[in-house]
Amino acid sequence: MLSEALKKKFDTVIARYPVKRSAIVPLLMFAQDEQGHVSDEAIEEIARRVGVRPIEVVEDIGYYSMLHRRPIGKYHFQICTNISCMLRGGEEIFEHCAKKLGIGHQQTTPDGLFSLEEVECLGACCGAPAMQVNYDYYENLTPERIDALIEELRKDPGSRIKA
Amino acid sequence: MPEYKNPMLGSPLEVKVLTQRFGIPDAHRLRVYLQHRGYEGLTKALRMLPDEVISEVKKSALRGRGGAGFNAGMKWSFVPKQTQKAKYVVCNADESEPGTCKDRVLMEYDPHQLIEGIIIAGYAIQAHQGYIYIRGEYRYLMEVLDRAIDEAYSGGYLGKNILGSGFDFELTTHTGAGAYECGEETALLNSLEGYRGYPRVKPPFPAVVGLYGCPTIINNVETLSNVPHIMLNGGAWYAKLGTPNNGGTRLFALSGHIARPGIYELPMGFPLRRMIAEVGGGVWKGRKLKAVIPGGSSCPVLTADEVDVPMDFDSLAKIGSMLGSGGVVILDEHTCMVKAAWRIMKFYAHESCGWCIPCREGTAWLKALLERFHGNGGLPEDVDTALDVSYNILGKTLCPLGDAAAMPTISILKKFRHEFEEHLRLGACPFERRAVSVG
Repeated sequence: MLSEALKKKFDTVIARYPVKRSAIVPLLMFAQDEQGHVSDEAIEEIARRVGVRPIEVVEDIGYYSMLHRRPIGKYHFQICTNISCMLRGGEEIFEHCAKKLGIGHQQTTPDGLFSLEEVECLGACCGAPAMQVNYDYYENLTPERIDALIEELRKDPGSRIKA
Repeated sequence: MPEYKNPMLGSPLEVKVLTQRFGIPDAHRLRVYLQHRGYEGLTKALRMLPDEVISEVKKSALRGRGGAGFNAGMKWSFVPKQTQKAKYVVCNADESEPGTCKDRVLMEYDPHQLIEGIIIAGYAIQAHQGYIYIRGEYRYLMEVLDRAIDEAYSGGYLGKNILGSGFDFELTTHTGAGAYECGEETALLNSLEGYRGYPRVKPPFPAVVGLYGCPTIINNVETLSNVPHIMLNGGAWYAKLGTPNNGGTRLFALSGHIARPGIYELPMGFPLRRMIAEVGGGVWKGRKLKAVIPGGSSCPVLTADEVDVPMDFDSLAKIGSMLGSGGVVILDEHTCMVKAAWRIMKFYAHESCGWCIPCREGTAWLKALLERFHGNGGLPEDVDTALDVSYNILGKTLCPLGDAAAMPTISILKKFRHEFEEHLRLGACPFERRAVSVG
């Protein structure tokens, strides 16, 4: 169920554009922030409000790498292995996370707490190796710092950026 | 706890125009911005004619800081003066070029500087609506900008009748959702209109047919952030900071195998050798330099012998590379260039939007070829095959992503052909055993 707050946000966002269709991608992101993934309900609601057929919303989703049609982990580890991070150990950091969490690229732990993805350049090149957990940046990573973060998240303090 | 490390390590060689307020407590707040000449550039611009503003920016030799390096004032002058259509300013904050993280610090530490630049750009072309297209991953920065935009509205710098000038301008942020191709201006426009980010045929150019088919200027974050300073101090002043036809300063992001990775603001034309040695502290761990990516992964790589070059658009073009986004990536003597070529190609194969056959098929093919080659399955004809495929992507696509994939690959295949041959001769990667990893 989309919350009332989210529905109000939809109104605000749509009003920013002379053509409602422009709101599709932002609305998908905000709906995903609340529900953890892009739900059928969100697609229907966005399509209805923007005045397009649901398929026209669905065809956008597949293009954008941050939009997920199925639930991912509560904490989504996005580890960069592009050139600057690779040069400073990004691949080894990814391998370490995969081993520690027991999952691979684009997989989720059985308890739904963590998911893992090897991503492209996050714009954290000067702090390589780097990753994002949901929207939060973590830079100058070491295996020890990652282990400490995973322990902290298991105790669930919540992501710093709220939707 | 999440950390946002300030990447400004600083260097005495910097010339701080864009970054002059970095480090001042709360510089991102309007109250503090106003204490440091904030919105004075806008005040001055509003007393000029729009064409005078464009003229000043043209004179400054400010060239696009996103990567293409086109004269910003000239781009603005292409917007038709007589038109019934609405006009738009779009700020390209989709920063996704590998090796580039400089727009991030501009938005984080001086958001009002960017907002002021956007408003001035709007005034110059008489647009009344602006959008900041910000990559989805930069959500915390979108929030910083949203708060700054609210402050600007409250202060009367956005909205109706700005500073009593009679000029109206609305501004809002717009989030992307993960797509490098949406940094290409026409793909960005399609994305902003609510579609998949495929590029458009040019001409017509966005200045004439842009957002919703209306005249639109699209400029990079860093480009627009310079505009208030050009208004305050004049185009001639800005031009003189750099080299002829390459005005101003630029933010360089030093990363990779460098002792002091970070963002440094240096004059255009600063020598690359000095940048690496004196600003960046030299190659890390006392190692030798092997190669440099001068401006983001789309640029042809330079060998260690080619670093005696001024870092400006024209000088790098003259030696067959590009200033690009200013993402300077350092590769040391233990780096496997075959692996580097593979990883760079993997990026373009992933980000290819799929529209054009040469890019869609070519990047996938090259990724597979380079992966097999580095994994010790290389064939003697692979280098020539890879060159052939690359040349059949170059210049044969609707947007520059194809070129961006082909150019670095061609440069590595040509300049480091000996490494490919060594892989074949040894039947193994000569660098694999070295620990090029976590420092």
